[in-house]
Amino acid sequence: MRDLPAVAPQFASVGHRDETAELGMWVFIATEVLLFGGLLLAYFVYRHAYPQGFATGSRHTEIVIGTANTAILLTSSFLVAWAVEMFSAETRKLTAWLLAAAICLGLAFIALKGIEYHGEYEEHLVPGIDFEFKGDLANGVQLFFIFYFIATAIHALHMIIGIGLLAALALLCRNAPSSRHRAALHSAALYWHFVDIVWIFLFALIYLPGRSSS
Amino acid sequence: MTELNYLTANYTLRSWFFTTDHKRIAILYFASLTLFFFIGGAGATAMRIELATPQADLVSDDIYNRLFTMHGIIMVWFFLIPSIPNTLGNFIAPLMIGARDLAFPRLNLLSWYIFMLGGSVTLFAILAGGIDTGWTFYTPFSTLYSNSYVMVAAAGVFIAGFSSILTGLNFIVTIHRLRAPGLTWYRLPLFLWSLYATSVILVLATPVLAITLVLIAVERCFGVGFFDPRIGGDPLLFQHLFWFYSHPAVYIMILPGMGVINELISCFSRKQVFGYKFVAWASLAIAALGFLVWGHHMFVTGQSLVASLVFSFMSFVVAVPSAIKVFNWTATLHKGSLRFDAPMLYALAFIGLFTIGGLTGLFLACLAFDVHATDTYFVVAHFHYIMVGGMVTAYFGGLHYWWPKITGRLYSEYWARTAAVLIFFGFNLTFFPQFILGAEGMPRRYHVYPPEFQLWNVLSSGGATILAAAYLLPLFYLGYSVFFGARASANPWDAPGLEWQTSSPPPEHNFDIQPVVTRAPYQYSRNFEAEPQNA
Repeated sequence: MRDLPAVAPQFASVGHRDETAELGMWVFIATEVLLFGGLLLAYFVYRHAYPQGFATGSRHTEIVIGTANTAILLTSSFLVAWAVEMFSAETRKLTAWLLAAAICLGLAFIALKGIEYHGEYEEHLVPGIDFEFKGDLANGVQLFFIFYFIATAIHALHMIIGIGLLAALALLCRNAPSSRHRAALHSAALYWHFVDIVWIFLFALIYLPGRSSS
Repeated sequence: MTELNYLTANYTLRSWFFTTDHKRIAILYFASLTLFFFIGGAGATAMRIELATPQADLVSDDIYNRLFTMHGIIMVWFFLIPSIPNTLGNFIAPLMIGARDLAFPRLNLLSWYIFMLGGSVTLFAILAGGIDTGWTFYTPFSTLYSNSYVMVAAAGVFIAGFSSILTGLNFIVTIHRLRAPGLTWYRLPLFLWSLYATSVILVLATPVLAITLVLIAVERCFGVGFFDPRIGGDPLLFQHLFWFYSHPAVYIMILPGMGVINELISCFSRKQVFGYKFVAWASLAIAALGFLVWGHHMFVTGQSLVASLVFSFMSFVVAVPSAIKVFNWTATLHKGSLRFDAPMLYALAFIGLFTIGGLTGLFLACLAFDVHATDTYFVVAHFHYIMVGGMVTAYFGGLHYWWPKITGRLYSEYWARTAAVLIFFGFNLTFFPQFILGAEGMPRRYHVYPPEFQLWNVLSSGGATILAAAYLLPLFYLGYSVFFGARASANPWDAPGLEWQTSSPPPEHNFDIQPVVTRAPYQYSRNFEAEPQNA
């Protein structure tokens, strides 16, 4: 693995540069927390206002797909963490393969999400396109599904960006290995873990309300 | 001067538009912000001309709505929020900490491009027909009824938000990681403390605005959304989310201004800032408390009385750190050897105007009075005292203070002082009558009014004329100085900060030798050493 000692002039050393890059990613994650925070606030406001509607809406989601996706994402996070651990001159091929596996799981997640969306479309649960839900709870259910679609769409967008990042790093690790990518890999892994954590919250908020009682 | 500096190192267009040098990026921002400042100013001028008479002589009600919306959107998002951080901060901050650049130079350039993209999209919305929602985009008007270019303008603001976030991120990381050896937190110039506090708000508040704008877009495009009362949504939720960003945004606008004032007051009274640690922590306290007061924009919306009382109380609390700063500036001035150069005039104007703005802010934090003054000119006058009287004055002060460092040239002290005095006079004549108008009950955003309000409106419009002329003045004498001004020495103000220890203008990588800091900031000699160059 080539080592390029030259760093941009504002840095004192390679380590200095890499730690700085990672701090940048942590600050970025802070902004992301607040981005999803705004959505979660809206969720809590309306769940408080329409508890029955949210419980009913939640029962119309595909818990099997949601659970499977949770497992898929946690596994991918594990693979990414492993890839970071394996990042060294000797094991760079393994790193690339682990990243590739994590990417496959990410794509599987997106595919399952698509199937789920399609199911909801067929059930006329997409607000703004063909939402049909009669009865007293219609407002609550519709607000639930607005949250559901906006939150999961934004999350999926983050996933796609993350998949792009991991793919770029996998290619770099395979084709142009250098310890310069260590910081980039660390940052991308942090981002990936963050997107997973967001999903854990979304999973609990979307799939579980109303399911504890029969 | 034969030595190369950041301006003379390269002359091609490419070297400007693909530069990663924080100093050149600061100049790019400076040029674009100046443009936006005058576009927004043109909107204000048109409004003040219209308001000179009680009837609608110049524009229709619809055009007037579009005018004040354009004025608000351009000034808030494309001038006030980026002004000091992105120009002065970008240029000076790395110099002040002895770094060779920001932590992420390419991200810095990207921020500028994102900013210009957002600005262009917003300008397109204005040229294509404008928007009439007011800069606050209140629902359900913005989502259901307004037939104007809400989506385009919201997209422009959304894009510009990314620029804010990336800039804030860059400053936070830079201040944490790139300080020169020996530059501990308590040796950091106060401008950087305030820039740090500002960046924290940028990073934590802007994404909430972003998600709010996304929700507006969904609501407008698909006809359903969270804020639609027809499906049980709550328009108040929009206001909560919006002001959760937009109130802290006020501190994004004023905190960097306060930081600049610390530097100016200290330099021109030749004294250490009184109560350095208190001033430093006051910045962070303002940033933190600023997140807890947004509800004071919503006293008459129908939020619960308990919420209103809590927000009212918190608004009084946030005045404490602001007051700490004002008291400490006056204490710094006390028994200093004062010199009234142009930057000092701006700084003194700032203290006066900010104090008036801050004290009337306490009026408005008071629940009972706010109910009376909501949506009147009293509010307009109050926030203009803070944002224009405070922020813009500080921006001009900082610009004059660091102008020799940025351009390597000295400007005409006579014209600079004239402009400073005219701005102070014109500003007060413009906005003080608006307090009286507001107290007497003239609502904001109206283009016709009962004739008894005309006297104060004429005074205000007359002041606006002076103010506009005074804001144009620097364009001429600063522009002149770039080409014909006398050469500035490295340290024309005889100041101890690191930024003055490199040549003016600085070389490409700021410092030839990594500076090492061994003492507290603001160690001024009691008097200006030599006869100053600018006299």
